[in-house]
Amino acid sequence: MSYPPLSDPAIEISGLTRDFGDFRAVDGVDLSIDQGELFSLLGPNGAGKTTTINMLCCLLRPTSGTATIMGHDIQREPLAVKKVIDVSPQETAIAEHLNAWENLSLMAGLHGFGRQETKAKSEELVEMMALTERANERVKKYSGGMKRRLSIAMALVSNPQVLFLDEPTIGLDPQSRRGMWEHIAGLKGGTTIVLTTHYLEEADALADRVAVVDTGKVIALGTPDELKNRVSGGQVTVIESPDFTDEAFAALCQLYPSVRPVNGGVEIEGEDVSLYEVQDVLRPLGVVVQSTYRKQVTLDDVFLDLTGKEIRQ
Amino acid sequence: MRSKELARRNLLEVWRDPVALGLTIGLPVIMLIVLQGFGGVDAFFTATNLAPGIALFGFVMLMFSAAMTLSRDRESALFSRLLTTPLHSNDFATAYSLPYLGVAIVQAIALFAIGGLFGLEINGNVGLVVLILVIMAIQYIAFGMIMGSLFTYKQVPFAYMVILLLTIFGGAWMDLNAIGGVFQTVGDAFPFAHAIYAIRDVMVDGADFGAIAGDLTWVVGYTVVIAGLAVLSFRRRMLE
Repeated sequence: MSYPPLSDPAIEISGLTRDFGDFRAVDGVDLSIDQGELFSLLGPNGAGKTTTINMLCCLLRPTSGTATIMGHDIQREPLAVKKVIDVSPQETAIAEHLNAWENLSLMAGLHGFGRQETKAKSEELVEMMALTERANERVKKYSGGMKRRLSIAMALVSNPQVLFLDEPTIGLDPQSRRGMWEHIAGLKGGTTIVLTTHYLEEADALADRVAVVDTGKVIALGTPDELKNRVSGGQVTVIESPDFTDEAFAALCQLYPSVRPVNGGVEIEGEDVSLYEVQDVLRPLGVVVQSTYRKQVTLDDVFLDLTGKEIRQ
Repeated sequence: MRSKELARRNLLEVWRDPVALGLTIGLPVIMLIVLQGFGGVDAFFTATNLAPGIALFGFVMLMFSAAMTLSRDRESALFSRLLTTPLHSNDFATAYSLPYLGVAIVQAIALFAIGGLFGLEINGNVGLVVLILVIMAIQYIAFGMIMGSLFTYKQVPFAYMVILLLTIFGGAWMDLNAIGGVFQTVGDAFPFAHAIYAIRDVMVDGADFGAIAGDLTWVVGYTVVIAGLAVLSFRRRMLE
């Protein structure tokens, strides 16, 4: 297996665009992803994340623009691209009549792995994904979480140079999700990983860099900390009150440049928010402040700041 | 050969599906056992006369199974995953057809072996019978590939019914020469009647290659065309 020099990007995307009729799903995306990087495409459902992944995996032809993966052009050298990538699709993608070993062996065989290599890697993955006890059973009898874990293991069995994980934890319970994060974090460094997610905490916990995507465009790019620091130095003050009025909201907007209504109160961005000042403005308007606290900016705040809407819609 | 792994999976899909296995291998055998029991009522109902038609009926079932597997797979996330592996479209075509040819051979062996217990005789060259059956199996699998490539799994049963009816009324279950007229004209335009004529001629009359060459031409000609269309439709769907 040959690798390009480490200084070369694993993925280079240039003006990647995909139209479906009149609808532009991906709109001129430019990205460069380093080898060994865990890169996250973060955005709401319908933002164009999966369409981008499908183009990079040679499942969809771009309308315009192009991309290279480990130096291979996705349109001119699809077979060379497919030899260095593997994908865990958004939906669970397994052969229901096979058991876990056979599913893993199928994928390893399709990537040209020998029997011994496949056996060793399968044993490692079955244990890693906590499937050992039921690995000999046909997977149609598995729970949803087990199927999901096997589906992801099938993407890892070929030791890909570039791994695409499309919403890997969707449908998993919180405990399984945490477990999956540990597995994904364990892959960091060796494999270039492109992770699409609409779970903000997932991108925050795992990604080296995050591209925030909305309506097919990359609207922000950076490390999670860089993105959060863009929002008023990373500070948000939450004012909670059951009797907030439009008048009170307007008064706070005159005091601070970045105020937004949230359920049961408002959030004010910035490091220089004075709670005394806030109380002085609200008290004459009959608004009784129930509680106030400062919170660290999350990627949700970043998305809200960038688009004016919350990511979980 | 990367397609071997996918072919193995497709074979296991049939092998581990009791319904598919029952329909493709069990049902034809049961039909032969039951129908030859009417031999006392009508002289036509002998294992030797029935086996060729029932063999084709078994292939129709296999065609249905192949079409459903491909059609269902095509709409599944697993197929998307398979498309991201370094498999060529020819590898896919091989992997989705070869396992069914294997099942067809097992099916025909089971049918003729059980038929032997009920008096089935092959007076002519067994190799010729095998040759015609293999060619027809390829043709039905190719029909299955076309259906699986072009139709959704909800549409496949309708396409299957068309081929089933053409097989039944095309000579598999009735003597077209005895019926004559439009039935015979239409039946003779399809390969099913010619396959039956050829197999029966070899089995009953001990006909040699020269005697069945005319019918064989129909069978081979149709198979080449249908297999070509199957590859084209499969490749077209893959490119999409």
